[in-house]
Amino acid sequence: MNRPMIPDPSRRRFLIAAGAAGAAFGFAATAEAAVSMGPYSGAPAFEPSLWYAIDAQGIVTVNVVRAEMGQHVGTALARIVADELEADWDKVRIVHVDTDPKWGLMVTGGSWSVWQSYPFLSQAGAAGRIALIEAGAKMLGAPASSCIARKGKVFAGRRSVSFGDIVAKGGLRTGFTDKELAALPIKPASERRLIGGEFQARDIPAKTDGSAVFGIDAKIAGMVYARPVLPPTRNESKVTSVDESAAKAIPGYRGHLVLDDPSGTVPGWVLALGDSFIAADRAVRALKVSWENGPTAKVSDADLEARARALIADESAGSLVVADPGVEAAFAAAKSKLEAEYATDAALHFQMEPLNALAFERNGVFEIHTGNQWQSLILPTLAKALGRPEASIVLKTYLLGGGFGRRLNGDYAVPAALAAKALGKPVKLVFTREDDTLFDSFRSPSVQRVRMAFGEGGRVTAMDHAAAAGWPTEVMAPFFMPKGANDRPFDPFAINGANHWYNVGAHRVRALSNDLANRAFRPGWLRSVGPGWTNWAVESAMDEAAHATGQDPLAFRLKMLDGAGRNAGSAPSAVGGAKRQAAVLSRVAKAAGWGGKLPAGVGLGLATTFGQERDMPTWTACAARVRVDGKTGAVKVEKLHLVVDAGAIIHPDGALAQMEGAALWGLSLALHEGATFKDGQIQETNLGAYTPLRMSDVPDLAIEFVDSDHAPVGLGEPATTVVAPALGNAIFNAVGARVRRLPIRPEAVLAALKTR
Amino acid sequence: MATFKVNGRQMEASGPDDAPLLWVLRDELGLTGTKFGCGVGQCGACTVHVDGQAVRSCLTPVSAVDGMSVTTIEGLGAGGVHPVQAAWVEAQAPQCGYCQSGQIMQAAALLAANPNPSDAEIAAAMDGNLCRCMAYVRIRKAVKLAARKGAGRSAARKAEVRS
Repeated sequence: MNRPMIPDPSRRRFLIAAGAAGAAFGFAATAEAAVSMGPYSGAPAFEPSLWYAIDAQGIVTVNVVRAEMGQHVGTALARIVADELEADWDKVRIVHVDTDPKWGLMVTGGSWSVWQSYPFLSQAGAAGRIALIEAGAKMLGAPASSCIARKGKVFAGRRSVSFGDIVAKGGLRTGFTDKELAALPIKPASERRLIGGEFQARDIPAKTDGSAVFGIDAKIAGMVYARPVLPPTRNESKVTSVDESAAKAIPGYRGHLVLDDPSGTVPGWVLALGDSFIAADRAVRALKVSWENGPTAKVSDADLEARARALIADESAGSLVVADPGVEAAFAAAKSKLEAEYATDAALHFQMEPLNALAFERNGVFEIHTGNQWQSLILPTLAKALGRPEASIVLKTYLLGGGFGRRLNGDYAVPAALAAKALGKPVKLVFTREDDTLFDSFRSPSVQRVRMAFGEGGRVTAMDHAAAAGWPTEVMAPFFMPKGANDRPFDPFAINGANHWYNVGAHRVRALSNDLANRAFRPGWLRSVGPGWTNWAVESAMDEAAHATGQDPLAFRLKMLDGAGRNAGSAPSAVGGAKRQAAVLSRVAKAAGWGGKLPAGVGLGLATTFGQERDMPTWTACAARVRVDGKTGAVKVEKLHLVVDAGAIIHPDGALAQMEGAALWGLSLALHEGATFKDGQIQETNLGAYTPLRMSDVPDLAIEFVDSDHAPVGLGEPATTVVAPALGNAIFNAVGARVRRLPIRPEAVLAALKTR
Repeated sequence: MATFKVNGRQMEASGPDDAPLLWVLRDELGLTGTKFGCGVGQCGACTVHVDGQAVRSCLTPVSAVDGMSVTTIEGLGAGGVHPVQAAWVEAQAPQCGYCQSGQIMQAAALLAANPNPSDAEIAAAMDGNLCRCMAYVRIRKAVKLAARKGAGRSAARKAEVRS
């Protein structure tokens, strides 16, 4: 399966300002960017590429188009540039830039940032290094071939000149031909001095003293506060009346707005306005709004599930993502078969910073100040909503108090912009937690059916996987959908993971868009997207198949991860293919003591994944050890072992943090989180009812990275997708109970115990 | 009209008496380090100290702190870096960072009361602070690091001096 085309930012990498003369370019804007970390001198600069500039004091400003949401992405990306440039890390400054067409696609998701950026940021760094060495060599009166760059200086023997002094003198070369670029000498791994070492993340200190500025902290003089009065349904409500008589008694109440939204993003919305958030908040509770609702006001989980099952049962429905010939023949000839249904409940983003946006017009430009993960996606919608060209709208990206995919969908910026336009004043829209939940584009509930056919000796001869869920990409970014073998589009972020690297004979994967879900709510991308539930089915089914055919679940998997045929893998990012997945799986099994004797009620379970996408595999495996209480069905997770091969690691401590967080996300989604959709709305609107994992729920974690010089790939999500199936498989191994729904609730374990 | 100290300075709230302290701090006094998370006292992002005790400012009406002394994340280090903050950086605890003001205030209060907490005591004290990035392993590590550095003992001494 192909990932949809992403405009290649590397094509823009050398749209260059002309040397030191171009100093003002880039700086006027970046000086005001919402997030910058490090010293700023304002001195004239050398810009060997769009991605960074070096000023006359030697300060290297790296322009980061990705949003900072806890992954320390600016640090990792700046480290790539600095390593290749041979910069002095203490003089590196990180700027998270405002939107501008010159940056190309601005999106932070998919665990793509390091993987996509590494090649062109390395080249950009190398280009700067070469230009600095050439100019520095002249200043030192030495041939360039005898000079080297180290820690922000060019050396000829013991004599040196600093990058800042070279830049101050000017005349640096900024033009490189395509041929030169292609031949840029990227350093071998052995010459890396800043990548892979021990260093701290630049964004952290400000996050410990209250000085970090998140979107919710953005302010401007004269702004009016707003809080939404949310309609009963996401897509089909119309305001019929508003009674503000009680609201008028609230001090600071400044009226309300019934939004008229040409972009159709926020139908049925009313905003309460106030001098303060408190006033707006209280006004929401005092306003009496009536709506006319469409039929989705009656939709509940059972309806969504029934629709999913009907789609799965209709063999002509859906997009064929994997379509080998011979599937039905293999089932007809099978010695034995397996069929199972797996389901997942809705899951909320519940990022800690409730949605918010500040919008106003200044100097003919509409400014949106907020935290956002996909600026390029919401800009056209904002243009439509405001009735003005994209070129006169700018998004200023603040620190995100959690992204997890919620802020890929920038719908929350639209009502702020509409209100600011209507009032002709700056509007600060802040959601309460309950508003945030009700307006969440949560992870759709899903239903999947997996069938497997077995031949002699329990060999898998065919696998047929159908998965139905609401499709975020169809609803919000249909241009991002590739087509299946039957020429029908599919949402890769709702099926990736099913196209695994096991050789299973004839393989069929059918992706089904739950149209009722798409209509009843706005399905969202949630950390780990498709593999977050498809891998629950794949890895649970693998264990069920092993047990059904009397094979060891580890040996069974390793036999199919043979790296043959289309699973051999290829450059640039998948060298080694399925054999690397087999390696992490073997290693985690060994680390966890697979095959050893365990006490009664305790079980070890395995699961593995290739991560998010076939062309960016992050080879990951997990072994979970659980203790199951046969009387209550309660599952206690004692330890999670994880092994990951993500190629070269840029920021090892940051990578470990991502693995820790992702694994615990996986655990939280597996045991602690699950939301109910009833009568068109999520029922668990705040903590108490929705219960993400807390510190006392954290098991022992043992995380290992495979030492590798392969291309770096993404780490933010893959560990999320292995934990649930590893737990399900461990529960089976502990007490013989097979669970097939997420979250795994004690009642389900008890019910499964009765049917074993 | 409530008057109280915030980070050592005398302040006066101009809004309604039942306004949550959180919004007075954030919107009136411009102290945005204290965060709004759930509004129902269950995530801990809004934690501040009132006379040395950790409280959820989202549920505390400003009138309740009349005549009292409030410390926010901005004032925790009293012009320097508090040992808990230093431990947070050393452990590289924050990810998105949004909950961390509350985590740090909670941890500082814990250590002031119990300078050498066990893992179970740490979890019991910190369980009310949600970290959605799930950086719990490092938060626990940072609390222990701060304890080893004597964060609790120095806080206890300061409290004695104040009283």
